[in-house]
Formats: sequence, structure tokens, C-alpha cells
Amino acid sequence: MLSGVFSVSETDSKIDHHWQRFTLKKQLSRYAVYLSFLIALVLSIRTVEVIPEFFYDAPEQIADLFARMWPISFEFYQISVHEAMIETLNIATLGTLVTLIFAVPLAFMNASNIVASPWSHWISRFFLVSSRSINSLIWALLFVAIFGPGVIAGVLAIAFRSVGFIGKLLSEAIEEINMGSVEALRATGAPWGAVLLKGYWPQVKPAFFSIVLFRWDINVRESAVLGLVGAGGIGIVLNNSMNLFEWQQVAMSLLAIFVVVIMAEIVVVNIRKRLI
Amino acid sequence: MAELGVTPVKDYKNPFSINWLTSGLWILVAGYLLYTVQSLGLSWTRFSEGLHHAGTLLDRMFPPNFSRWELLFSGLAESLEIAVISSVVGIFFSLFFGLFAARNLMSNLVTVPVRGFIAVCRSFHPIIVAILFVKSVGFGALAGILTLIIASIGFIAKLFAEAIEEISLKQVEAIRATGASFTSVILFSVLPQVFSRFIGFSTYQLDSNLRNSTMVGIVGAGGLGGTLFSAFQRFDYDFVSAILITIIALILFWEFLSNVVRSIFSE
Repeated sequence: MLSGVFSVSETDSKIDHHWQRFTLKKQLSRYAVYLSFLIALVLSIRTVEVIPEFFYDAPEQIADLFARMWPISFEFYQISVHEAMIETLNIATLGTLVTLIFAVPLAFMNASNIVASPWSHWISRFFLVSSRSINSLIWALLFVAIFGPGVIAGVLAIAFRSVGFIGKLLSEAIEEINMGSVEALRATGAPWGAVLLKGYWPQVKPAFFSIVLFRWDINVRESAVLGLVGAGGIGIVLNNSMNLFEWQQVAMSLLAIFVVVIMAEIVVVNIRKRLI
Repeated sequence: MAELGVTPVKDYKNPFSINWLTSGLWILVAGYLLYTVQSLGLSWTRFSEGLHHAGTLLDRMFPPNFSRWELLFSGLAESLEIAVISSVVGIFFSLFFGLFAARNLMSNLVTVPVRGFIAVCRSFHPIIVAILFVKSVGFGALAGILTLIIASIGFIAKLFAEAIEEISLKQVEAIRATGASFTSVILFSVLPQVFSRFIGFSTYQLDSNLRNSTMVGIVGAGGLGGTLFSAFQRFDYDFVSAILITIIALILFWEFLSNVVRSIFSE
């Protein structure tokens, strides 16, 4: 763009006052993006199968649903919600711990300043991407098919889903460290274990804990719904009450999930503030 | 050393001393593991039996069966439709909610209720919202769209608000000094500062809506998830693997596309 301005000013000794923020190519590609989004939107609206009567009816139906949920059945908490909620928290925590077994080696393989081979990057990236692409509920379906309904399926679903998240963020954190201390350690002839422990680890530590806590927070939310496909936790209680149309019990379960999720978030935010 | 007149420093910290906090943490983790294995009734026999099942399952999953590609394709199309519509509507609403939740432009009277609403949208997992919508508007894509709109508002309205709170107020003041109306202040001083970040958040949200649109079908809210769930229930594991491969390919393709979009919009 600049060179264009100069050539004009040399020949005509006039300055081109018209200022453009973007080059023509950028402008065109931006419009192409807008246009393709518009086309996608129009196509979607035209082809999606939505029954408009259902849509107009929705506010009424939602109001009806909430009316049936009231009053919340608080006695249901002692009967089954409490135990299921503890189980849910355990699934989330255990799943987060189990995921570290897979995520840490994959993060090492994916970080170019630990393993330089492109093969190892491709292999680790394949696992990380597949783990992230498949939703935890779908992982839970798979593991319920393998281990039968129960807690094991839930823990493994949480673990397999988190691998991609923790592995990716951890490998990015490892790649961002300052290599000076690592090189200094290598120069002393330290074995690789010592290099990992004293070169990489101290620099990655805050990021590691904050990533794991962040994922734990997400896992608490996700483990609350795994029971819908039979993988243990509060979801099973929720599903049973819904199948029995016991909406007041459903409201109790939802309230319990809401409170636990908010508490988990507050805990994580406070710990992360201290860490960073 | 002593004859050189230099006394060696003795009181440095041993870099390899035992860190009691870390070891305590490890002991805590080990104790927790033992406790959960006890209380959740996890046992090795069940796990090893499961591994045996996993072998047969994998055996039945391969080769993937693409013969019912029409079903697969219609599910995929519905997922895409849900993702696109819910993202557009969700982002549109989030623009307003984000603006009203920004504490540097709005008074507390506006921001507090809007922030509360955003927090409520965010704290329920999309699946739970989907269940409620399926119960209220019936099975099908509409429930999925409404669910993902709620999820989008919960996530990006918050990010939008944070982005708006980080802008420099000098430009806002400059535009205000010209006597511009409120809309003009927003359009010409706030929006240019946050636009490229908005695009980043929006592509991220489209990405996550795409992932979630393959999931909400499990509870009957339309899309590929429904196809997947019924394939699971009929033990059509070769079709299941075909669906899973399609989902992964879709996500990879979308990641590629969103990288292209991001590189276009990051000046």
C-alpha cells in the first residue's frame, strides 16, 4: 500500500489523500466471509425443520413447566440428591486426576521444546483433537457400552474428554517457557528427569495448576449430566424423576446442581487468584 | 578459599530440600484416590472385564459402515443448521447483553440484572437446558436451537462485556465531545476497539456450538446426536464409528476454516 502511494507522489508530485484501512484483498476476503455466513444462515433457516406452532407455544409451555416445578421438594435432598451429588463431585475429581496420566505425556510429546520430532507432534495432536472433538456425553455412551452403567463409565468419560483440553493448554504453556534454565541444566549434564523437574516444572507449575483447576470446574458441570446416559451421579436421579414426571424433585436436583456449580466456580476463582 | 580472604557462603537454600507442602499434597491425593475407589465401589475385576468388552466393541466398530450415508448426511445437515442459526441469534443477543453488562458504559441498575441473567445462562450445562426445552417445545431442531442460543449468551455475552470494559475511554470521550448520539458513540468509538476480539469470540462460539449441536440430539433436541444415540441403542456399532469419524472430520474441517477466518480478521 505504501509503495503505491510513493509511486503516485513521485510521478504527479501529489499525495494520495485517500486513506484505506485495509488492502483490497483483505476487504474482499472479509466480505467473502460475511457473504458465506449470510448464505449459510439463509440456507439453514430455509431447510431446518421447525414447526412454527411449537415456537409460538413455547413461552406458555415453559411457564407451565416452571409452575409444575413449584414448590421445590426439599425433602428429596436427603432422600437421594445428597448422595448422588457427592458421587458427582467424586466423578469429576477422579476423572480430572485420571486424565493427568494421559494428558501430561501427550503434552510433552506435543511441546516442540521437549520433543522436536514432527511425528510425535502428529501422533499427540491426533489424540488431543479426537479427545476434544467427541463430547463427554458421547464418550460416556461409549464407556457405558464397554463397562456397563455406573461410575467407572463416568470417570473414564470425564478423563478422556479432558485429555485434549489439558494436553493442549499444558503443551502451549510448556512451549512458552524461557529455555535458559533448561539449557543451563542440560549443560551441567543433568539427566532428563532432573531437567524436567528443575528446568521445566518450576516455570510450568502455576499454569499447570490453573489449567487443572479450570478443567475441574468444567468437569463438575459435565459430570452432573453424565447420568442421563447411565454413567453415574446426579444425572441418574434427575433422569429418574423426569421419567416419573416428578417435576418438584427435578427442581430440587437442578437447584442442587446450580449451587454446587456456583460453589465450584467460586472456589476455583479464589485459588487461581492466589496462584497467579 | 580461606587464604584468598573469601569466606564461602554457607546459608544458601538447598534446592533439593523436601517441600512439605507438595509432599503433603501428594499424600492427600493418594488418600483421596483410596477413598474414592472404596466409596464408589470401583474394582479391578470390573475394569478388566470391561477391557475384554472393549476388545469386542472395537472389533464390531471396524470397519465403519457408511452404507446409510443418507441418514448420516441429514443428521449432519441438521447439526450444521442448528449451529449456524443458534450462533447468529446468540451472537446478536450477546452484542446487546454484553453492552448492557459492561460496567464502564452502563449504570449498576442495568448491569446487575443483566449480569445475573448471563450467569444463570452459563451455569447450566447445555444438556440440562436442552431437556427443559425438549419438554416445553417438543422434540426436534427448535429445542436444540433455543438451547444453544442460551449457551451462546451465557458464554460470549460475558466475554463481550469484559472486552468492552477493557477499552480505552479516550476515544469514547472524543466522540462524545462531538455531540454524537449514544448509538454513534457505540458504533464509532466502542465497536472499532473491540471488533476483532468479537470476531475471535464469535468463531470460538460457532466452534463450540458445532460441537454441542452433535450432542443435544442425545436428549431429543435434533441433529447428529439423535442419530448417534439411536445407533447406540440398536447396537449398530459400525454405524456409530462412522458417525464418530464424521464428527471428528467436521470439527477438524471447522478448525481449519476458523483459522482462515481468524487470519483474515487479525490485521
